[in-house]
Amino acid sequence: MIGTLLAQAGDADVNVAMNVGFGIIATVMIFAAFSVVTTKNVVHAALYLVLVLAGVAAQYILAAAEFVAVSQVMVYIGAVMVLFLFGIMLTRAQIGTEDGLNNNGWQLGIPVGLVLCGLLAYVIVDTFEDDVIGERSPAPTELLSDRILSPFLVPFIAVSFVLLAAAIGAIVLARKD
Amino acid sequence: MLAVNFLLLAAVLFCIGVFGVIARRNAVLVLMSIELILSAVNLNFIAFAMMNENIDGQVFALFVIAIAAAEVGVGLAMVLMIYRNRKSIALDELSEMKG
Repeated sequence: MIGTLLAQAGDADVNVAMNVGFGIIATVMIFAAFSVVTTKNVVHAALYLVLVLAGVAAQYILAAAEFVAVSQVMVYIGAVMVLFLFGIMLTRAQIGTEDGLNNNGWQLGIPVGLVLCGLLAYVIVDTFEDDVIGERSPAPTELLSDRILSPFLVPFIAVSFVLLAAAIGAIVLARKD
Repeated sequence: MLAVNFLLLAAVLFCIGVFGVIARRNAVLVLMSIELILSAVNLNFIAFAMMNENIDGQVFALFVIAIAAAEVGVGLAMVLMIYRNRKSIALDELSEMKG
């Protein structure tokens, strides 16, 4: 893959700076994601998750999806992470490292993850070999809102009801009595 | 930009998330791993929207973000309730519904 990348570096269609940025962000994201599932400290896991989600937002910007990137930052880094930190706090996780965060048979996850990863990577590389995505200008937010508010209006309203139901359900579940 | 870049990154994130769901015992950490999986799926939606020059992928990614927020809210409320009843959120101790 790196070979084809270098071979195409001369083409006008491949933006080298974009690829370098992608590589750096992807490395940080994979390291942070790996830390989320291996660290022995619950609070650190939440903070590494922030790094992964911020990396995802940066990748959205690279993929010319700025509105989704901003939503990602607001919803995930703003709201979901606060929820997670409150969840950790209210379940009284120990400050510092903690034992017993993994299942007894956690090693079983390693072959499952590796096999799944190999399979997905094989299929993806086999299908898209060296398809190049050309330069894309960012999609205007106006276009996105036109799509949401006309053809996808019914799903949009359904999602708002799901959110309402989830909020009420969460309050009912977490209420003390 | 190669098309496989985004898809491979999403595949790796997805597999790390699956590993987390299998390996972790703490319910909050399992929810975090599920967030990793959802992010990987979203990344795929955005990548395909970019490849096909069709904005519907971004619309779907926004829907996934909304559903993920709802899922975390309900999930953490359930974890809190489990913690209140059992003083522990270890998932392997929850076996009442085992046949």
